[in-house]
Amino acid sequence: MEYSFVGKNVPKIDALEKVLGKAIYINDIPFPGMLYGRILRSSYPHARVIGIDVSRAQKAPGVKAVITAEDLPDGRYGPFIKDEPVLARTKVRYIGEPLAAVAATDPDTAEEALGLIDVEYEELPAVFDPLEAMRPDAPLIHEDLKSYFCVFPAIQEGNVCSKTTFVEGDVEKGLREADVVVEETFRTHMHHQAYIEPAGAIARRDPSGRFTVWSSSQGIFITQARISESLCIPMSKIRVIAPRVGGGFGGKIETHVQPICVALAERTDKPVKIILTREEEFSATRPRHPAVVTCKLGVKKDGTIVTKEMVNVLDSGAYSCDGPGVAGFGSLMARGPYRIPNLRIEGYCVYTNKVKTGAFRGFGNPQTGFASESVMDMAAREIGMDPLEFRLKNALNPGDKSLGGQVLRSVGIKECLAKAAEAVDWKEGKKGKYRGRGIASINHISGLLTVSAFVRINEDGTVALQVGTIDIGQGSDTVLCQICAEELGVPIEEISILTGDTDATPYTWATSASRLTYTGGNAVRRAAQDAKDQLLDLAAGQLGLERETLEIRNKKVFVSEDPDKGLTFQQLGAISCWAKGGPIIGKESFMVEEPAFDRSGFQGFPFGTMTAYIFAAQAAEVEVDVETGQVRIVRGASAHDVGHAVNPQNVEGQIEGGYVQGLGYALTEETIVDGGKVINPSFADYKILPAVDVPDLKSIIVEAYDETGPFGAKGVGEPGLVGVAPAVANAIFDAIGVRITELPITPEKVLNGIRSRNLR
Amino acid sequence: MKKDIELRINGAPYRLSVEPGRTLLQVLREDLGLTGTKEGCASGECGACTVLLDGEPVRSCLILAVDARGQEIMTIEGVAENGKPHKIQQAFIDFGAIQCGFCTPGMILVAKALLEKAPQPGEEEIRKAISGNLCRCTGYVKIIKAIEAASQPWYFVSKKG
Repeated sequence: MEYSFVGKNVPKIDALEKVLGKAIYINDIPFPGMLYGRILRSSYPHARVIGIDVSRAQKAPGVKAVITAEDLPDGRYGPFIKDEPVLARTKVRYIGEPLAAVAATDPDTAEEALGLIDVEYEELPAVFDPLEAMRPDAPLIHEDLKSYFCVFPAIQEGNVCSKTTFVEGDVEKGLREADVVVEETFRTHMHHQAYIEPAGAIARRDPSGRFTVWSSSQGIFITQARISESLCIPMSKIRVIAPRVGGGFGGKIETHVQPICVALAERTDKPVKIILTREEEFSATRPRHPAVVTCKLGVKKDGTIVTKEMVNVLDSGAYSCDGPGVAGFGSLMARGPYRIPNLRIEGYCVYTNKVKTGAFRGFGNPQTGFASESVMDMAAREIGMDPLEFRLKNALNPGDKSLGGQVLRSVGIKECLAKAAEAVDWKEGKKGKYRGRGIASINHISGLLTVSAFVRINEDGTVALQVGTIDIGQGSDTVLCQICAEELGVPIEEISILTGDTDATPYTWATSASRLTYTGGNAVRRAAQDAKDQLLDLAAGQLGLERETLEIRNKKVFVSEDPDKGLTFQQLGAISCWAKGGPIIGKESFMVEEPAFDRSGFQGFPFGTMTAYIFAAQAAEVEVDVETGQVRIVRGASAHDVGHAVNPQNVEGQIEGGYVQGLGYALTEETIVDGGKVINPSFADYKILPAVDVPDLKSIIVEAYDETGPFGAKGVGEPGLVGVAPAVANAIFDAIGVRITELPITPEKVLNGIRSRNLR
Repeated sequence: MKKDIELRINGAPYRLSVEPGRTLLQVLREDLGLTGTKEGCASGECGACTVLLDGEPVRSCLILAVDARGQEIMTIEGVAENGKPHKIQQAFIDFGAIQCGFCTPGMILVAKALLEKAPQPGEEEIRKAISGNLCRCTGYVKIIKAIEAASQPWYFVSKKG
């Protein structure tokens, strides 16, 4: 079907202001009398706080307030487990944990005042490795864990804040049936979102005691809730607004400095701004969890997978944040896009004395995916089968079920695999002695929880769309306008979109889970349908006809059999405001409509349903320098089942950006923690790829139309990253026969592998 | 102690009184409200604060405002011509080279400097030119395509009439 706005490369509606340098980000907002906040952070990974003396700092000229936990109510916050204080109270749990905050007339004064605060610590034994933290004799990081409020029935013990288990079929039986069993343990590393705009916020109190908080954020309603629960302020007293956001990738879903800004604004009765430094970004925000993943796969000689077992241990750092979700979701995805009758998967989220972790593009799937897709390759080679054929043989078909029993309707995985492989000339012979190709295929989801939308018909027939989503650069504002325009038949230029304001836009969970096209798009489309229904009803009443005799096209409701007779949207907009007493407002709160999981094999999983599954295959061709261990990516390809691409150019942008982030994850990026301290907190030492290191890259759109999506669409935000690391590792094996089991794949690790195989 | 200086920015003179330790980035953003220049790291590593000094891309977070005297400074606010986007800006829009937009001002200025020196650069030359400017969203693919397109004499003719 041909659409007018959906499926078109509509330029991003915020592109013009961005190229002109006129987009307003958090650090561009001024207020008269604004103060600048800075944060004093713990210098110990685990220590009792004996006392904090702020008296010298308080007396410094220009300092307007110094706060510690003593000045705040004893609230704790977090999405799943309420375990995190705004400022550490009795003890610190990681180097970088906020202990005190200063507001001053300028940033330098605030920074200098931090040096005048004296903290007395009593050091405690610390633990940095998640496997050690699981031992019964490990230092306990949260003594009161069992007393924390959890939003789901969490299974907890010692430093394990959440354990999730999925069981289907009978793994023992599967192992007996298998001809070959491969098993390996993989380690993945801490990986930072490294968005270019540092996180920040401004809080301002009005005379009635209500706070407005502007912040670089992916979730205004989450921010509102976290400020509320941590500072014991009712949500009705907090308004949160997101200006343009300079990237997030998951790192700006939960709060960073917002509660501290609010506490300082309350203390000083002035607007207070805090922008994190790049050093704070790298050392004290919420990067991707390191993981230790053991994976066992049993296969028959003909290539049929009969069983899979996995233990997925995530290093959560000092607080849980999204960890229970990440451990659970990563484990749910660990079956991969395959039919596997017998499964047992365990996910653990474990506290350590390192910087807390959180959501990052992929949400646990890159960790389990690296293990799963590496083991898939090992198994294929063990039985002498082509890794592509092995994947295709076991890949899901439409009508198969997800882990948990959800029927999968739109499943484009086989086409993704075939096209990604073709793009790197999979079937051709090796192009060099140390060259190789690798592939990985993955599943993900495109949506969770709810999005609400309002579509109002203005008095002149133009349209006001209100939705609580936040465009962090991926293009959701544009895509939601395209969907609204398509449903109503109104040009995009005649639609205004308001997003990101808790007072003015209806509830949405967050910009996360690859969900705005699918969940947000469904909400917007249905709200527009509701508005259309009301336009038809109004016109029918005005014309004295049955609404079944009417049609809508070109901003007009007209009589099907007499198209000249009808009323324009402009006329109906005006009539509605006066004759009917108010404008037409279409409304929808879209909730995922999938049936709840069959939970008979589930334990400790925090989510009730998932949404449409999305699929992707990533391929890489590499060349290894066996003298230096350097891996060069010759070319890459990434094919994605997106249902129906609402904006193909935006979809490609997500695929390309995801692939390059994935290459960074695979090869160069690592937040290095030594003795609890992040030792590379700068772009000079944390290597995201520059343009010269990006290979020739092919992005491929596969469209397995999904009946449940808006105009057939599904999401694409996250999966572009997920399969890249295993595709690269598999390509390295193909090139030199060395299996890399630990990320990132540094030249040193490759050389060690080469030495052990005597390739040199 | 503050120093009185004159800076030429986007073709116009500005008389200012600045502390000698203040960077050009701070003066542009905080004293002059030219917030199109972005601060990503404040240590010269990300390129978001790039401006042109006498046509050469520099990191404004590493340059003192007093040292920019006597040179022609161009920021992103000075790139559009007669209120219309420059063809590089238009190409960034048309080719989907923008996601979050935080690196965009710096990228566009680097591209402008490049195209003034090498009117039709090859892909490798473009990659090298923008390699000091980090983009976390796009994987650079569409940025490179946009710069390539903007360098073509036909670009405005066929694309924008």
